[in-house]
Amino acid sequence: MNKKFSNRIFKDKLASGVMLGLTTLSLLLVVGIGIGLYLKSQPILEQKTLWTLLSTTEWKPSNGEFGFLPFILGTLWITGLAIVMALSIALLTAIYLTEYSKSSVKRFVFPALDILAGLPSVVYGVWGTLFIVPWISETLAPHFVEYATGYSTLAGGIVLGVMILPLLISLFVEIFSVVPDDLRNATLSLGATPWQTIKLVVLRKSFSGILAAVVLAISRAFGETIAVLMVCGNLPVIPGSVFDSCYPIPALIANNYGEMLSVPLYDSALMLAAFFLFIVVLVFNAGSRIILHRIER
Amino acid sequence: MRFIEEKIVKLFMIGATALVFVFVASILYTIIARGLPALNWDMITKLPSGGFYIGKEGGVLNAIVGSLYIVGASTVLGLLISIPVVFYINVYLPKDSKLAYIARLSFDILFGIPSIVYGAFAFTIMIYLGLRTSLGGGIIVITLLIIPIFIRSMDEVARQLPRELLDATYSLGATRLETMGVVVRQIAPGIVTATLLSIGRAIGDAAGVMFTAGFSDSIPTSFSQPAATLPLSVFFQLSSPSADVQDRAYASALILTIIVLILSVVGRFVTQKFSKNKI
Repeated sequence: MNKKFSNRIFKDKLASGVMLGLTTLSLLLVVGIGIGLYLKSQPILEQKTLWTLLSTTEWKPSNGEFGFLPFILGTLWITGLAIVMALSIALLTAIYLTEYSKSSVKRFVFPALDILAGLPSVVYGVWGTLFIVPWISETLAPHFVEYATGYSTLAGGIVLGVMILPLLISLFVEIFSVVPDDLRNATLSLGATPWQTIKLVVLRKSFSGILAAVVLAISRAFGETIAVLMVCGNLPVIPGSVFDSCYPIPALIANNYGEMLSVPLYDSALMLAAFFLFIVVLVFNAGSRIILHRIER
Repeated sequence: MRFIEEKIVKLFMIGATALVFVFVASILYTIIARGLPALNWDMITKLPSGGFYIGKEGGVLNAIVGSLYIVGASTVLGLLISIPVVFYINVYLPKDSKLAYIARLSFDILFGIPSIVYGAFAFTIMIYLGLRTSLGGGIIVITLLIIPIFIRSMDEVARQLPRELLDATYSLGATRLETMGVVVRQIAPGIVTATLLSIGRAIGDAAGVMFTAGFSDSIPTSFSQPAATLPLSVFFQLSSPSADVQDRAYASALILTIIVLILSVVGRFVTQKFSKNKI
């Protein structure tokens, strides 16, 4: 064996080691983030039980009162609104794209979805404040309540809904195209209309995939910060209606990071909030990704 | 009866698809209609002068340059880290490897973690190390944020790579490391689209850099100085009570939108152009 050859083998082995190292390091990032945030949120958990933090509504950091309930409910409200809105639109659009439309329609829809997916969230925020918020306060809300600023749970829900649309549609399109054509042809040959085929075969066959996609979209919506922060009013109270302001968890973290170091336990409370987000997103993501990986095969 | 149902459902579907276009048009129209009148040469060539945020002279050059620094550096770092990882998963590991499955799953999960969580995490580490908000911190957080995007979108392409191609290079006596030339050439379009995707995400991120890069009215000259970014610049100008400053926020949002749109168009062009000479 000459020297040059063993040199090449050595290089190959070395590269293998380095690459394995890089791969494991980036995997350890998940664990690292979890541990880091957990450790930082320890101080507040030593003083108060988790249940008190989660179930009380008083948010007065300077008095040492940290009730997360308004923020949790705010997040759930806007996420719920966003999902309801985006799910119906995304399902219909994805069915239309995979089952009905000609390729000429697709040539226009996919670039449009690309644009939606690529726009930065701050641009969505600007759109929300310029378009959705005035529309709610001037056109929609007067039918239901006496006075509304428009900076509301509903505005947050709509903006968030539009933001998760491209993700949902592209996942649905992928899921529907995995359903074998033979199944479609079999029902069609029995005299079913295309819609009956979709309703009774395609949707039923891809149910687990749809569920996984929705869970994934929920976890994306949970973490969205700037756009939501710009339109939802940010008052730490439980919203009574969709026209009231709300204050989701990511907005709480983003708005207060500057002052959190000057108040005792404040930083710990915010890191606990970040830890919540991390855990929820982690569980939701892992679950839905495992299902989606299985479908792909 | 079922034919009527068919018609109605189809109508709904067309409506929903049209609604997607309505959203896109409404967003672009709003940003352009409000941003264009306020956009001028000063906006992109001048730094904010004193009193910029109460309506005085100046532009957002600090934010444009800050964003370019952060995006440029983190894209290079991200590529350097993710190409070896993709190569390792697809060439070194066998096709049904458990480690590859776990790696793909973990990067999918990392992809889903909100940037505000990355930001908060990095912020605690920076405080622990006694660092202040800085350009370097911003670059590190954005790198971490885009690595999963890089890896997952390159991996999509690399997975299609025929294993026979690798066998062919091995049979010529190449080591696994030396097939890298062949592999990289084959997944080149994937690398380009992944890069454009990552740049798009990196330039638009606000929550991560808010904690780590901070904000500054001047252009940073070293890694330890805070740096402004376009999204944060839009955000801060918009929260000003003065209408003039808010108009500038719309103009800045328009600049950001134009950059992202150009990236999207180039991405589409590159994918079409390059996918021709693939095996």
